[in-house]
Amino acid sequence: MEATTSNGKFKVIGTRPIRHDGIDKVIGRAKYGADYAFPGMLFGKVLRSPHAHARIKSIKTDKALKLPGVKAVVTAADLPEAANRLEQAGEMAINPHYLSMNILARDKVLYDGHAIAAVAATSPHIAEEALKLIEVDYEVLEPAMTVDAAMKPGAPILLPDLRNREEGDKQTNVAQHYQFKRGDVEAGFRAADYVVEREFNTAMVHQGYIEPHNAVGIYNADGQATIYCSTQGAFDVRSLSAQVLGVPVGKIKVVPAEIGGGFGGKTTIYLEPLSVLLSKKTGHPVKLVMTRSEVLRASGPTSGSKIKVKMGATRDGKIVAAQVWMAYEAGAFPGSPVGAGAMTILAPYTIENLQIDAYDVVVNRPKTAAYRAPGASNAAMASETVIDELAEKCGIDPLDLRIQNGVKEGSPQVVGPPFRRIGFIETCEAIKNSDHYKSPLSGPYRGRGVASGFWFNAGMQSSATVNIHTDGTASVVTGSPDIGGSRASMAMITAEVLGLPVTDVRPLVADTDSIGHTDVTGGSRVTFATGMAVYEAAQDAARQLRERAAKVWEVKPEDVELHDGVLSLKEKAEGKAPMTIKEMATKLARTGGPIIGRASVNARGVGPAFATTCVDVEVDPDTGKVQILRCTIAQDVGKAIHPSYVEGQMQGGTAQGIGWGLNEEYFYDQKGILRNTGLLDYRMPTCLDLPLIETILVEVPNPGHPLGVRGVGEVSIVPPPAALANAIYRAVGVRMTETPMSPPRLLKAILKKRAAEETQSAAAD
Amino acid sequence: MSKKTLVETTINGEAVEFLCEPRQSLLECLRDVLELTGSKEGCLTGDCGACSVLVDGRAVCSCLMLGVEAQGKNIRTVEGLADGTALHPLQQKFLEHASLQCGICTPGILVSATALLNRNPDPTEQEVRYALAGNLCRCTGYDKIVRAVLDAAKAMKSGARPNRAA
Amino acid sequence: MAIAVIPALLRKFTDGKERITARGRNVRELIADLDRQFPGIAQHLLEGDDLKPSVAVSVDGEIGPGGAMEPVGDESEVHFLPAIGGGVEK
Repeated sequence: MEATTSNGKFKVIGTRPIRHDGIDKVIGRAKYGADYAFPGMLFGKVLRSPHAHARIKSIKTDKALKLPGVKAVVTAADLPEAANRLEQAGEMAINPHYLSMNILARDKVLYDGHAIAAVAATSPHIAEEALKLIEVDYEVLEPAMTVDAAMKPGAPILLPDLRNREEGDKQTNVAQHYQFKRGDVEAGFRAADYVVEREFNTAMVHQGYIEPHNAVGIYNADGQATIYCSTQGAFDVRSLSAQVLGVPVGKIKVVPAEIGGGFGGKTTIYLEPLSVLLSKKTGHPVKLVMTRSEVLRASGPTSGSKIKVKMGATRDGKIVAAQVWMAYEAGAFPGSPVGAGAMTILAPYTIENLQIDAYDVVVNRPKTAAYRAPGASNAAMASETVIDELAEKCGIDPLDLRIQNGVKEGSPQVVGPPFRRIGFIETCEAIKNSDHYKSPLSGPYRGRGVASGFWFNAGMQSSATVNIHTDGTASVVTGSPDIGGSRASMAMITAEVLGLPVTDVRPLVADTDSIGHTDVTGGSRVTFATGMAVYEAAQDAARQLRERAAKVWEVKPEDVELHDGVLSLKEKAEGKAPMTIKEMATKLARTGGPIIGRASVNARGVGPAFATTCVDVEVDPDTGKVQILRCTIAQDVGKAIHPSYVEGQMQGGTAQGIGWGLNEEYFYDQKGILRNTGLLDYRMPTCLDLPLIETILVEVPNPGHPLGVRGVGEVSIVPPPAALANAIYRAVGVRMTETPMSPPRLLKAILKKRAAEETQSAAAD
Repeated sequence: MSKKTLVETTINGEAVEFLCEPRQSLLECLRDVLELTGSKEGCLTGDCGACSVLVDGRAVCSCLMLGVEAQGKNIRTVEGLADGTALHPLQQKFLEHASLQCGICTPGILVSATALLNRNPDPTEQEVRYALAGNLCRCTGYDKIVRAVLDAAKAMKSGARPNRAA
Repeated sequence: MAIAVIPALLRKFTDGKERITARGRNVRELIADLDRQFPGIAQHLLEGDDLKPSVAVSVDGEIGPGGAMEPVGDESEVHFLPAIGGGVEK
């Protein structure tokens, strides 16, 4: 016996109800991490390195401690030594030694902004004054700021203990080399009529969430600690903080506050263990909130990269070979998303002969963290512009070239296993058939570009409970922090299964003591995996409801069905009139007590995501400024639970991809000091920079999910930089190989082209 | 530590007195002294607009104004946009259009949009974009925000509760 | 017998061969059989009795949450790949 959804006709799913947490957010009542306050609370501030690379010779804190109002100072000496090996912490593999060294520097600082000490005081201003009284004696070292500088022989070494498999016992900044190989690349290129080879450089960029990192730590006399913070993964904050503090996971409870954006950047820890450490030293709750400059200098951006792509095609447009070399800035500690970059860069295409070499390189920049489809956008900037160039050489429409070579069900992935049902070709066709692509674009300095993107999506662990209340309404509890409206989707799935109005289901995100382990909100996994747990928990509640009705009617549970919120006998019987869930709820006490539906998953059946984006631009040839005239994204979303929030993910990722492509970059000076530490100079798209972003939801149901859901959160960020580069080429005839394609860079390219043309025409005269 | 000053002001229609240090911003006073945490801190440099409040009807970044400067002013924050449990049309339209994802920029954007509709009840899309250019949103790409503001303007013209905000 | 697909950088253990036939009811047994055929390869895939934290396994096209305990069928195709947690790089 199945609940209503088995009919294949959804009542709630696919509608657009108002999100349950919405009102609190529009009236200013929703509590984000920085909004928490407790009696006796102290305020913490962090002292950060003014150098990109230096040895710490000494730290003196006595003057700071004497300042009235200062209650405690902590340094790395207050943290236990952590194991220097990759360890499983929840679902994440981390090196506790490096994690700990990023929380507070030990003998060396490795980037501008690296945390050195933290102070707790009665006001944030006093804490800030105290930072100036901490005396640190440095021996300044030469920094290695780029992959080129870090990989060259004789480069300054960041981590004396870092080794890799290939270089044996030699000190190195190359933490990892990945290689993917298939077929015979040389033979493939020999068979090609056209070969395009380009080298790309992409700048480090930040997720740019508007809410800075925050944490309130409360350490109790019994050794239990509670952390309130804005995080994408309360369970990860718990396990990572436990690692750094050297305490068992069970000693820490994490309460996830509302979260003001994360995009991958709030999947790790910075302030959390410091808040606990300072609370333990002072006996008071301690709140730490980063400034924007701290967020940019010392939280985890994503990698800048150098990527070389060589690709060959036959005259009729078949891609026959591809070779890729890519190196990503990991930041100060190993762990860039270069492995993901390597596995995504050619993912949309079936290419028989390929070789990809990928290098994870430590540089004197902040340790990178995940950022929406980590590693895929800069990779696509390289591959998707080369594809565009190949299409041009073959004289084939760039969408047709993609469709001709595109992966479908059964095509091998770069890493080997064949794809299941996917919707890549469908996204290309959706753009091809869109009003946007069919509308001609005319006018000087205008151009249209397309590009595609791939992201794996993730499964991982989730837990959910569905409680039936005594009035027949329900609540659904998960451990997935809601970063973009997922609570509404969880309520909708519950409502669909039980046949309740969505307003009768209240969704809740619980703390680490109140729900089973749930992995991070990331990898576009919440609506997929947590949604799967919610679906099963609601089914479990539905099963119990049928059992209780059977008890009331003295029949077998299998004779009872639940349909649209009404329990009834499959075959009508006298005196046994159908009951609504509301009516049944009043009888729960007499039939066995409350009903809790529950489920947990380590989800299988992940469905990967593809998107194709089309963008029209107009370039100002005198300034190099790019104006976006129109933008459309088509994405395979599997099944949209709440279409508005699916569109929101597509639009938001597109906007971030546009920022990445056109304006955003980390700008370090010669000494390795970050020069744009504010949002005026770290230039994210404003309302004036963007047009309305048109969305086409392509629904190719994921066969691995009961509702057909695939993750929708990330892939939209992948195509825009390349789509913009391709549009710029058609507008002004220059192939951009660097991001951001900011006015100065683009103007330089335009002037170079103009000069070359003038030389040519002079020679012709 | 600096001596505190008594500030007399009006916040969301109520006469309010509070003590603050001369170095405390209005944002800090609202959040830490008066427990009005609806206004958010995103940058403290006036670049993100998350702390926007109305000061005598003008949208201002409260992180760029000192608490003592609130003396004698009429201040409205996001907490003062609704009329009791009746939402302001902008708030209602933000919910209907799914104009917020994480919601951290929402208070500031609602305040800026209120200021816009107060002075221009019938804005074009471009005018909306211009008015909100000082408010960064990283989640939405602004699409659904712009649509909600235009729709709210339309609703208010056709008789939704007139804007009461100062 | 299942097919194990060897990552490029470990093919030096398998005389350059990409696809190896191996026996095992689960990934751990499969790796044990691989190591019998090509001594030394197991230490690049296993740590203790589970996969190394940096390694993920896919069985018949699905990333196996069971790691070394993931069941392997008679006709299964098993791929070893870098662990990527989607949105969270490991």
